[in-house]
Amino acid sequence: MSSEIKSDRVYTKDHEWAKADGDAVVIGITAFAVEQLGDITLVNLDVAEGDTVEAGKPFGTVESVKTLADLFAPLSGKVARVNKALEERPELVNDDCYGEAWMVAIVPTDRSAIDGLLDAAAYDKLLSESH
Amino acid sequence: MLARTPLYNRHVALGARMVPFAGYEMPVQYEGVKQEHLAVRSAAGLFDVSHMGELELVGPEAGAVIDGLITNDASKLVDGRALYTCACNERGTILDDLIVYRLRADRWLVVCNASNRSKIAPHFQAAAAGRCAIEDASDRTALLALQGPKALEIAGRVGGASLVELKSFGLAELVLAGVHALVARTGYTGEDGVEIFCASNDVVALWDALLDAGRDLGLVPAGLAARDTLRLEARLSLYGNDIDETTNPLEAGLGWTVKLDKPGFLGKNALVAQKAAGLARKLVGLEMVGRGIARHGYPLLDATGASIGTCTSGSPSPTLGTNIGLGYVAVGHDAVGTKLLVDCRGKSIEAVVVPTPFYKRPT
Repeated sequence: MSSEIKSDRVYTKDHEWAKADGDAVVIGITAFAVEQLGDITLVNLDVAEGDTVEAGKPFGTVESVKTLADLFAPLSGKVARVNKALEERPELVNDDCYGEAWMVAIVPTDRSAIDGLLDAAAYDKLLSESH
Repeated sequence: MLARTPLYNRHVALGARMVPFAGYEMPVQYEGVKQEHLAVRSAAGLFDVSHMGELELVGPEAGAVIDGLITNDASKLVDGRALYTCACNERGTILDDLIVYRLRADRWLVVCNASNRSKIAPHFQAAAAGRCAIEDASDRTALLALQGPKALEIAGRVGGASLVELKSFGLAELVLAGVHALVARTGYTGEDGVEIFCASNDVVALWDALLDAGRDLGLVPAGLAARDTLRLEARLSLYGNDIDETTNPLEAGLGWTVKLDKPGFLGKNALVAQKAAGLARKLVGLEMVGRGIARHGYPLLDATGASIGTCTSGSPSPTLGTNIGLGYVAVGHDAVGTKLLVDCRGKSIEAVVVPTPFYKRPT
């Protein structure tokens, strides 16, 4: 199985993606994560605009029919936007995990932290090594 | 080392995601759990459940041996009929839930959960010693479940036209698609359908023939994930989730399988005492009111936040579009309409006790 990976963003070993957008960094989950979860039925984003998040700490959950996965903040910073549309339409995650189904946008405390994440090639390697 | 059913290569070729389950590599889903679930409700699904355990008991005393180990009454079965039952230990808690088939007066089949085979096979072998022959036939026996409103029509296309005459929990030996099969009108989905036993060597041919025969009617291969959501909607118990050796059939809502008026069986004394003492808790159906999905092991709380029980199964219901579950609650909190809270990893989400089954097929 080869899951789609986009070269315009960076990744975490928890199968999330991060993409710079102005001052903020937009966060979502990868196609691989979606394939592992199956049909997404519930997205819980436990943060609001202005909240502080800490790298490695959970900020919400994604639930499928079978299971539940934590969402971890890939970077420390302040929440700039939360994708409220996912509350009503969790299926967007299955349809467009790299676009419409972004989860949150964070203004990072330390912008250079994004350089510590995996580029597309490194994430691809991670997937091929572990599966 | 995980075992594989004879259909392993078929599952992989169909794009299934394979997962470890009860010592086997089994297909958890093909295209997607929702799609497979809805196909079974509206058309039909084909499940490979060859991991299940099959014990064959042969001899004039075979029925009596079985009857001594189960809560339901096998002495009432006639040839070509089956029943659902629990098998309890001496404490009256559940070792496994089984289907017992009487082929003839001296030929019986017991089907157990794959996860319990290593416990149930020696348990029955010990009881059979010196009384009847017993064989653990699991490795040479395959099992397919063909389930859904179109299941009988599909079986009819491969030689099973007579199966429409079969009553629920009836069984028949016949040839399907050239394969000798034992077919029972049973299932684990809440739909009409059949479960088909055949020799492991024959199951690939039968699988292919059934999928071909049913394609234009909407038949799809369906995995363990859909099997689980289908059985939950129909409130069929899952061993290891809703029932186990810490639960008894009476509190699990399986009192209808316990025949306390039949002669001695393992666990009878404990169950008689339990019934006389009254139940402390009951397994009830839950529907989530708030945004959350109850999962196995989540605590159940009353409105004040005090613990009243535990969730044993939970999932979104693809048919109903709600989030449903089962859980044990203290008696007093078990009435339909009772409001309670599910502790979803620290978040208290509102739920309500609802009647079960959650889904009943149209008749």
